Amino acid sequence: MFELIGVPPQALFGQLLLGLINGAFYALLSLGLAVIFGMLNVINFAHGAQYMMGAFGAWMMLTYLGIPYWGALLLVPIVIGALGILLERLFLARLYHLDHLYGLLLTFGLALIFEGLFRRQYGSSGLPYTNPIPGGTNLGFMFLPWYRGWVIIVSIVVCLATWFMIEKTKLGSYLRAATENPTLVRAFGINVPRMMTLTYGFGVGLAALAGVLAAPIYSVNPIMGSNLIIVVFAVVVIGGMGSIMGSILTGFGLGIIEGLTKVFYPEASNTVIFVIMAIVLMIRPAGLFGTPR
Amino acid sequence: MRLKALALAAAAAALTATPALAQYTDGGIKIGVMNDQSGLYADLSGQGSVWAARRAIADYCKTTKCHDKIEVVFADHQNKPDVGSTTVRQWFDVDNVDVVVDVPTSSVALAVHNIVREKNKVMLNSGAASSDLTGKACSPNTVHWTYDTWALANGTGNAIVKTGGDTWFFLTADYAFGHALERDTAAVVEKSGGKVVGKVRHPFPGQDFSSFLLQAQQSKAKIIGLANAGGDTTNSIKQAAEFGIVQGGQKLAGLLVFITDVHALSLQTAQGLILTEAWYWDQTDANRAFSADFEKANKGNKPTMVQAGVYSAVYHYLKAVHELKADGDGAAVVAKMKSMPTEDALFGKGQIRADGRKIHDMYLFEVKAPKESKGAWDYYKLRATIPAAEAFRPMDQGDCPLVKK
Amino acid sequence: MKNYDMPIFAALIAILLVAPLAIYPVFLMKVLCFALFALAFNLLIGYVGLLSFGHAMFFGFAAYVSAYTVKAWGWPTEIGILAGTGVAAVLGLIAGLIAIRRQGIYFAMVTLALAQMVFFFCLQAKFTGGEDGIQAVPRRPVLGFIDITSDIHFYYLVLAIFAAGFLIIYRTIHSPFGQVLKAIRENEPRAISLGYHVDRYKLLAFVLSATLAGLAGATKAIVFQLASLTDVTWQMSGEVVLMTLVGGMGTVFGPIAGAAVIITMQNYLAGFGEWVLVIQGVIFVITVLLFRRGIVGEIAALATRLTRGRGEAGHIAGNPATTS
Repeated sequence: MFELIGVPPQALFGQLLLGLINGAFYALLSLGLAVIFGMLNVINFAHGAQYMMGAFGAWMMLTYLGIPYWGALLLVPIVIGALGILLERLFLARLYHLDHLYGLLLTFGLALIFEGLFRRQYGSSGLPYTNPIPGGTNLGFMFLPWYRGWVIIVSIVVCLATWFMIEKTKLGSYLRAATENPTLVRAFGINVPRMMTLTYGFGVGLAALAGVLAAPIYSVNPIMGSNLIIVVFAVVVIGGMGSIMGSILTGFGLGIIEGLTKVFYPEASNTVIFVIMAIVLMIRPAGLFGTPR
Repeated sequence: MRLKALALAAAAAALTATPALAQYTDGGIKIGVMNDQSGLYADLSGQGSVWAARRAIADYCKTTKCHDKIEVVFADHQNKPDVGSTTVRQWFDVDNVDVVVDVPTSSVALAVHNIVREKNKVMLNSGAASSDLTGKACSPNTVHWTYDTWALANGTGNAIVKTGGDTWFFLTADYAFGHALERDTAAVVEKSGGKVVGKVRHPFPGQDFSSFLLQAQQSKAKIIGLANAGGDTTNSIKQAAEFGIVQGGQKLAGLLVFITDVHALSLQTAQGLILTEAWYWDQTDANRAFSADFEKANKGNKPTMVQAGVYSAVYHYLKAVHELKADGDGAAVVAKMKSMPTEDALFGKGQIRADGRKIHDMYLFEVKAPKESKGAWDYYKLRATIPAAEAFRPMDQGDCPLVKK
Repeated sequence: MKNYDMPIFAALIAILLVAPLAIYPVFLMKVLCFALFALAFNLLIGYVGLLSFGHAMFFGFAAYVSAYTVKAWGWPTEIGILAGTGVAAVLGLIAGLIAIRRQGIYFAMVTLALAQMVFFFCLQAKFTGGEDGIQAVPRRPVLGFIDITSDIHFYYLVLAIFAAGFLIIYRTIHSPFGQVLKAIRENEPRAISLGYHVDRYKLLAFVLSATLAGLAGATKAIVFQLASLTDVTWQMSGEVVLMTLVGGMGTVFGPIAGAAVIITMQNYLAGFGEWVLVIQGVIFVITVLLFRRGIVGEIAALATRLTRGRGEAGHIAGNPATTS
């Protein structure tokens, strides 16, 4: 049996697969950010907090209402998405005429509020959430828990559906046109502000969906999002801000690269994404899939 | 809670017949509880520690004639050394605080430790893990009360090797604290005849540990030692359950796990975990009584060993200060504390060594399976008691300058 | 319009000279360090229109350098502070070369990512002492004779550093160089068409801002006798944005007011424990929605309205007092 730099190939397959699964989370989260940024030109700093609220939402539905995981998977993104719509109507919509930096600052403030409130209410050591599909299968080179397989399927389906909706349907073409020239699109009788509102709600819903998916495997605590958000930002920047396919592919790709780093140089596995980002920006300032603006 | 404190203060005042003594700085005793009130360690220290300190005062004054002005103030250090050091300077320079209590998070504890020494006050540390506080950084003004990295490593490492867990793989948080925990445990494992077959250092803070767990699984080690803390530990344990590590025959050893972490994980996930603690709420009647009151005042949580340690430390401090009838000279107070044997309802009898280490029995626990648990917070079964004399690092191995002659 | 900046500055210094009589000097030093940090940050956002979301890298890394050189190598305090400042300048040059090629939100993201790299470097590197930081940094006499172990003495030194930093920034924004920066902020293509090497101007401003942020961090390390990871986290970068925003972006005194308000809040709200984060978030949101000009900006606008009888529209650096 041959070895690759001291690591048996079976182990490597396992790590690649795990990387891909992590990439599924990056892809879902960066997709939401990319959709919001692409349509609203807002960097949604509250994305991490909304992801956290998704995980808490799943826990709250189970604990207070007795709704199991499968119900939460559907309901939580809708509820949190609706909350997103409310936020957009109340706050974000007032800032579109201003410099885009204000959107970033506002959502940063919102993120602090959400995180603070959840800390206040639930403490910070985290809450338990039972794995809905325990067990797994032995693939020969590794043990694959059923749940991780489920995560990757959901992620791929949702990502592709979103891409299809935005790039290939009539609704998507309205959206893209509205980003390019809102005044003209409005002249055709399309309600642009409502489209923006729904887009934000949709992006937030994606974050919440990722949160529900994360609840059974990651610790459900108020700071789970604030550590992740920075990595996801880097993914979006590498992929090219606002590029839908770019953020999906980069999400999965970086998950794999990170997975490999965990084998060969584990200490650097958090940093590698930022190193890649710096390199990409030096060579292609608009990101891998972005168009310069 | 505030009302209750007022009532207690009034009761304390009523009990005290003698007028205030001049030797007390600022005419009274002022205790500052400094810990994490909002972050990662808020549940295991936080307001619970403040409650424990107030309770210690009330209990002390119930049995002994105590000074009529004993105050408790508290602050959130947010786990940031600079916030901690600013606050503690202000406490000493402006607010006349005499003693700082709790101070979890090693980096903040070391910063406060230096200032306390410079200003000749007292620190009673319950929350921090670093064994340096009574090792090479030891000071005549600090008492380290509840636990430290050495005691945890010793308790968990030793006992597990003795029961057959002789091959280890470490999952270590890649920062000084994780390294220290790994180093101390590896030394214990090897000394008791075990072997360390591998280790992986994960970035801090981590989120996904599956990759590292897979490496641990492939190492075929019997024991996977978790040399990390807080969210990193709970995440590793949660994901180990998901990947069937424990069903696969390997065991997890949590090197720094508090009961609040077990609560966060639920027994379903944490069962079988082996860990060392200094105190558990369900051990004695006194502990249970204390915990029942604690629970009512603290969102239904049971106290951790850190909070119980705050109680015990404040209680002993009050004894020493009342004996001296002065609280101004921190080093003198600590010297007095070291010269008296400790005794209180929660920690029983014990003593403080010359290097500032409080010693008492430590306990090795195993987390119960869900069906063994009889109710809320019934989480541990006792596997071994580590007698006080063996539980902590021998003084001659700590490089504490106070000990060398 | 008559410029009141210098009289106000003189009054401010006069107040600060007597302030330690009433207020705890260590607290004042903290405010001054953060005020200088916010002033440095404001130079970019307020006068070049660049939002850096990674300024903590300069502040925190300079703190490490000065703490390390003073403690481990026994360098004199003033040389240690200068070393920290110098390293921050170099770091600023490197980061600037990468970041200034982007604008607006892209620029913010790039600086954020670079700051994360610096954070991980600080976490990994041996000399930073990991999460314990560098502790017990000695306060040696400055220039060999100014004893700074006394907080009061040290306070006046920090005040001098702060005043020097303020004057450097003030001179910069009122120099021809500063005028070009403002022109770039208002209309970059036009500045290019007028023949200015826009990138060179931006880079220079970025390096200057990084250097002064480094000066603030290096001084803070000596004040608190420690350098820690807190100062390089992205939360610290967020905090300086908050200070500047609350005080008033693009105003001369805004960052000082903002730093004072935020630090005071952190100090005195500490008793609220768990609510601090929420309160900070609420202030962020309210400021962005209702008081975009910040404390000083709103006061200046009010003053202008009273004297001229009409207000001016606010924008990212909307302050009538300095832009007119």
